[in-house]
Amino acid sequence: MSSPLTRSSNPARLGALRDPAVIEPLLIPLAALICAGLIFSAFLLVLGKSPVTFFSLVWMGGFSSSFSIQNALQRAAPLILTGLAFAIPARIGLTLLGAEGALVLGGFSAATVALPLLHGGVPAFVILPVMAMAAMVIGALWMGLAGWLKHARGVNETISSLLLTYIAIAIASFLIEGPFRDPASANKPSTQPLGATLRIGEIPGTTVHWGLAAGLVLAVLLWVLMARTTFGFAARMTGGNLRAAQGQGLPVGRLLLTCCAIAGACAGLAGFYEVAAIHGQANASLAAGYGFTGILVAFLVRQNPLAVVPVAILFGALDAAGGLVQRRMAMPDATMLVLQGTIFLTLLVSDTLYGRLPFLNYNRSGDRT
Amino acid sequence: MSQADLMIVLYAMIGGAIRVSTPFLFVALGECLTEKSGRINLGLEGTLILGAMTGYAVSLNTGSPWLGVLAAAGIGVVAGAAHGWICKLPKVNDIAVGLAFMSLGTGLAFFFGKPYIQPSAPRLDSLPLGGWSGNPQVNQALLVNPLFFVGIAVAIALWWGLRNTRAGLTVRMVGDSAASARAMGVNINLVRLLATAAGGALAGVGGAFLSLSYPGSWSEGLSSGQGLMAVALVIFARWNPLRCVLAALLFGAAGALGPSLQSIGISYGYHFFNAAPYILTLGIMVASARSKSAAREAPRELSIVK
Repeated sequence: MSSPLTRSSNPARLGALRDPAVIEPLLIPLAALICAGLIFSAFLLVLGKSPVTFFSLVWMGGFSSSFSIQNALQRAAPLILTGLAFAIPARIGLTLLGAEGALVLGGFSAATVALPLLHGGVPAFVILPVMAMAAMVIGALWMGLAGWLKHARGVNETISSLLLTYIAIAIASFLIEGPFRDPASANKPSTQPLGATLRIGEIPGTTVHWGLAAGLVLAVLLWVLMARTTFGFAARMTGGNLRAAQGQGLPVGRLLLTCCAIAGACAGLAGFYEVAAIHGQANASLAAGYGFTGILVAFLVRQNPLAVVPVAILFGALDAAGGLVQRRMAMPDATMLVLQGTIFLTLLVSDTLYGRLPFLNYNRSGDRT
Repeated sequence: MSQADLMIVLYAMIGGAIRVSTPFLFVALGECLTEKSGRINLGLEGTLILGAMTGYAVSLNTGSPWLGVLAAAGIGVVAGAAHGWICKLPKVNDIAVGLAFMSLGTGLAFFFGKPYIQPSAPRLDSLPLGGWSGNPQVNQALLVNPLFFVGIAVAIALWWGLRNTRAGLTVRMVGDSAASARAMGVNINLVRLLATAAGGALAGVGGAFLSLSYPGSWSEGLSSGQGLMAVALVIFARWNPLRCVLAALLFGAAGALGPSLQSIGISYGYHFFNAAPYILTLGIMVASARSKSAAREAPRELSIVK
């Protein structure tokens, strides 16, 4: 009998196509996605809209041309980072929903820390890393707070991190509309624009900003961290059984806080790219819901940092196609929210299938009942 | 701030506490019943928004706001029953399913609610309980919606019913020890499904109050986390429906702080005052975490306190 931690890397079974550890995480989410598509098609049919038109518009808006692919990739960049921000704490057993708050505060910090440096004549290649650092540190502290409350006081992290998100948005709105408001921003309160020198450019040959590359690199790094290092092993062990981890003398508190801080840094970095590559200043557009969609992305890939990337791109494409669907089919912008909610729900229902697929041979791999 | 201003703020806070607390009260009672049966439903936030939209739409189309309230309760039953049914499947996490219902409920409400943002529907009439006073601020503060009293009646009924009836005992037993309930031949999943459905109905009514009484119109920013705060509120009230009333009034007062100060012209930092309920909730969660009496009174089967 092998344990869940070693099973997937056991060489004796690597070639076995009927190994549940290989098949299940691919087949079950895929089935859930298809189911969600069918349910959503039924929803459209009831409303008298054509599912064929819908999905072909999604294809057109998200994948068909190089313009739409780049649009999708552009939106995928923050989703990769917020997906990681949910996935990493989830591996240690925390359901942290605070990415949206960390993203907003991180973006705000990046936008404001840059201003005095810019006026002081500091060159852009110094300011940009400072902005990124500020965003990551603030994000890490903010998400770390939820982790600390969990560890030190036993406060349920799911609710506290959501409350912290509302509080973060309130703080950012207060500062943006109050002390840090650019008097020139009349209709939409914003901080002072950063100007062209502090704009992150695009990846050469594309219209996609560098946030995508940062997301890819971080996804790989965090996958290595969680899957191939002692730290990751200890974190996953804590997520599997907290008491056992404590019994083994693992520094559970430090592991929890580190995972939260990594998550917050990812979300804060997403905020930095939103400011430095898209908006050029901090305003209410920062709270665009990337933090919440990231949760769905991470759930879909069962918290695997590497797999976050393709799924984030898929959701980026859905997001990119939203406008097209809205215009061509005369449907409200909440259409994509309904689709996302449907996917989320079918995905969670599909959890019940693990270990129960009739055509897989569970006995050979042991411990699933 | 002069004394007159202080009185204005005070009256506005009292009136606001009653008005703002009503949706909190309904969601909290619904969550309380659900949690008593040993399950947690974070999706009540979505149910609240869906109830608000449904209530408004039905009120607009039928001309009767009370039919709207009924329809909101109905949609709440559907959402709650769906949550209860999905959570009975093995290996499905009730907290995550709640999150999914939160996003699906919000999405559906925004989707179908688009045409109802502009038109104004008939609203629920409030009772002018301040008629004895010549002071217009008192009159304004004591315009109390009948749903508030319905909520208090539900709280008392729930408190009494959980203690003194066979059904109440069954719910508490399922929530405290699924094993002994099973040994007694109780269908645990059915009890939880019914408790979640009833909880959903209450949350739907809370939503109808939002769109039909205060603030009294349908918009996409209508609910901002009241459904979630109610979950924390239930923990704070230690699963006692009567304490839920007091806790809801406290949250209502916190929520009324921002608008009250604005009524005398203090608008600086209103984002902070609007965030007061969240900060209060967080403070309460920190203060009541690991409290021995809370641990004693919590339903044993609840994943959130295990």
